[in-house]
Amino acid sequence: MDFNDTPEEATFRAEVRSFLQANAQPKAGTRPVLRQSGIDAEGVRRCKEWQAKKADAGFAGLTWPKRFGGREASPIMQVIYNQEEDNYVVPKGLYEIGLGMCIPTMMAYAKPEQLERYVKPALRGEEVWCQLFSEPAGGSDLAALRTRAEKDGDDWVINGQKIWTSGAHLSDFGIIVVRTDPNVPKHEGLTFFFLDMKSPGIEIRPIHQMSGARHFNEVFFTDVRVPDAQRLGAVGQGWKVSLTTLMNERLAVGDVQRPDVDDLVELARTVTVDGQPAIRNGAVRERIAEWYARSQGLKFTRFRTITALSRGETPGPENSIHKLVNASKLQDIASYGIDLMGEAGILVDDEVAEAYGMFQAALLSSPSSRIAGGSDEILRNIIAERVLGLPGDIRVDKNVPFNKVPSGSR
Amino acid sequence: MNFDFSDDLKQLRDEARRFLSEQATPAVARRALDGQERYDATLWKAIAEMGWIGAAIPEEYGGAGLGYEGLCVLAEEIGRTVAPVPFASTAYLAAEAILLAGTEAQKREWLPRIADGSVIGCFALSEGTGNPDPRSIRARAVGGKLSGVKYPVTDGGIADVAIVVAHDEAGEIALYLLPLKGVARTDLKTIDPTHNHARFDLDAAGAEKLGAAGGWDQVQRLLDRAAILFAFEQVGGSDACLQMARSYAQERYAFGRPIGSFQAIKHKLADVYVALELARSNAYFGAWALAADASDLPLAAATVRVSATEAYHLASKENIQTHGGIGFTWQVDCHLFYRRAKHLGTTLGGAPFWKDRLVSLIETRNAA
Repeated sequence: MDFNDTPEEATFRAEVRSFLQANAQPKAGTRPVLRQSGIDAEGVRRCKEWQAKKADAGFAGLTWPKRFGGREASPIMQVIYNQEEDNYVVPKGLYEIGLGMCIPTMMAYAKPEQLERYVKPALRGEEVWCQLFSEPAGGSDLAALRTRAEKDGDDWVINGQKIWTSGAHLSDFGIIVVRTDPNVPKHEGLTFFFLDMKSPGIEIRPIHQMSGARHFNEVFFTDVRVPDAQRLGAVGQGWKVSLTTLMNERLAVGDVQRPDVDDLVELARTVTVDGQPAIRNGAVRERIAEWYARSQGLKFTRFRTITALSRGETPGPENSIHKLVNASKLQDIASYGIDLMGEAGILVDDEVAEAYGMFQAALLSSPSSRIAGGSDEILRNIIAERVLGLPGDIRVDKNVPFNKVPSGSR
Repeated sequence: MNFDFSDDLKQLRDEARRFLSEQATPAVARRALDGQERYDATLWKAIAEMGWIGAAIPEEYGGAGLGYEGLCVLAEEIGRTVAPVPFASTAYLAAEAILLAGTEAQKREWLPRIADGSVIGCFALSEGTGNPDPRSIRARAVGGKLSGVKYPVTDGGIADVAIVVAHDEAGEIALYLLPLKGVARTDLKTIDPTHNHARFDLDAAGAEKLGAAGGWDQVQRLLDRAAILFAFEQVGGSDACLQMARSYAQERYAFGRPIGSFQAIKHKLADVYVALELARSNAYFGAWALAADASDLPLAAATVRVSATEAYHLASKENIQTHGGIGFTWQVDCHLFYRRAKHLGTTLGGAPFWKDRLVSLIETRNAA
């Protein structure tokens, strides 16, 4: 066992470091980025500027084909890039979905001339993409989605509603899965398209989240026309295409949100319990130890994943463990830290609140971590069924035409 | 990064698993459970012949020189079974103590006989109820004669030599080598009868100091190193429980379907899987720290001790729960693991002791 890079990895890491040193500000000593608010116009400008710089230096789309501006590098190089970038303050939040999910799906299904047109502008950050999957009636049960598309000449006409679409209001294009045949079982009646987000009939409304922020949107479709040429995959094969998109969900390596256990240790040194620093209290120590062991366990699980990537292996469903553990840990640490602060734990003004208000921010944002991108319950199902091999759920809607499936009142 | 065992060690692991699945069946453990024997001498001999006991003992002292990663791999496989053999007492504690503290002469005298299985070792720390603490050590050596009461001592009734924690004439905590022939020992009943446990009543028993007195730090160092090896047994045991529960959930039908198709069972076993994998990853770091003799070793040991103890308790109790009523019977093997989980989780000190130590180590690291 060792923690060393291969010579090839070390060369690449040095290259990444010198790029970041020359172009970005180190994180050390700066305040944590709380991601309280959405991206404003200035944020978009900074994201675009950074993405162009990254692409020009050859660090965007590392694993992509060379003809699209990539390097055809192994996924481990992406991990190395992310590890290094994590030490710097760089603008984030605009391109993850487009480059991580939309464009890879395009590369698997779009026509060559379409790739010629769309991939490079996306890579340089000139055009932003979003992913239109979730619906009010289709979250964990994505295939229950109801947005309809009907053929009309060479076009399809879309009517319905999507929800939880990150960055729809900032996007130029989107990928979308819709129902084209309600008379067949739910997985068989779906079809996949990409579309122009400026098309007539699209209305975007931001969702006011419980945390106060507005990252996500509802997107309403009223007679939105999409050319058949923008279909990805065959009619009725939308579910299969969707799985390609979801398989491209970014590998959860190196993405620890704060406050983590080290922040709790710091807090426990400054606040008091029974006249002593909280860290001297046995009950507090016990909780810190448990979270530390979980944090370290995840860190070294990431190291095992990175080892597999480094050998050219593809991590499988066992990778669900990262988000499942991190999300609850974040919520629990946030809650416990606030408990230690006593009544002043309710303060959110970051000039007054302990630790820049990061515990309070995490308390209010962490419920979404346990839901978005696969809820805790879905992730446990994935582990149980696809890692442990337990039998699938009995599905009452499996062989029933979609329009005969009971749907309740909501 | 290469955070995994080598192909050679994986081959060793596969061979060990194959051997133990044939030779260390629950039926073997049950002979100890039912009081027919105090350990399985046939299995012990076979394990010795394969060189496992001396896996981490250097070749110059008769060991196999496989290194600590090799011993970790074997520990996981031993832990996967509930083999009634004094492997942990002998290899992780007695041999380690001698390697850590012994003089050259003591190493030459004892290690080859430990490695070949002819000498069984044990570690006598506890003096009744309580977690490891120098203030609770009353045993004392005067002029090479040890006096005091030590219990429980795992494998103490079957061992040939004990490493005893006691005060020396100067009042320093030291380790003593105590040949056990003729020493007054009484077998004790415990929650895990698949291992022998004994009480030592020492009244001027002839012993020699192991090297020089190293104080409590030396004892703690031994506990740290052993905790990593124990963790691999705990990981192996947790995995065995998860596999048992998984198989049962696939085969057992209730309400017209396999119980494993119910989310109440799926989510429970997914949580066991998560606890197991976190413990396993921490154990890998422990293996690296042992092999590299890293300065992080104490922190790595306390971390994996906390997560492996939690994982094995969870896995063994939820294995019984998944089995339902049949899991509570004497004839189904679930309880062997439940018993072993608690035994491994308290030997070397229970979770409260290690959690407190872990936070102390974090504080020390942060202060540096």
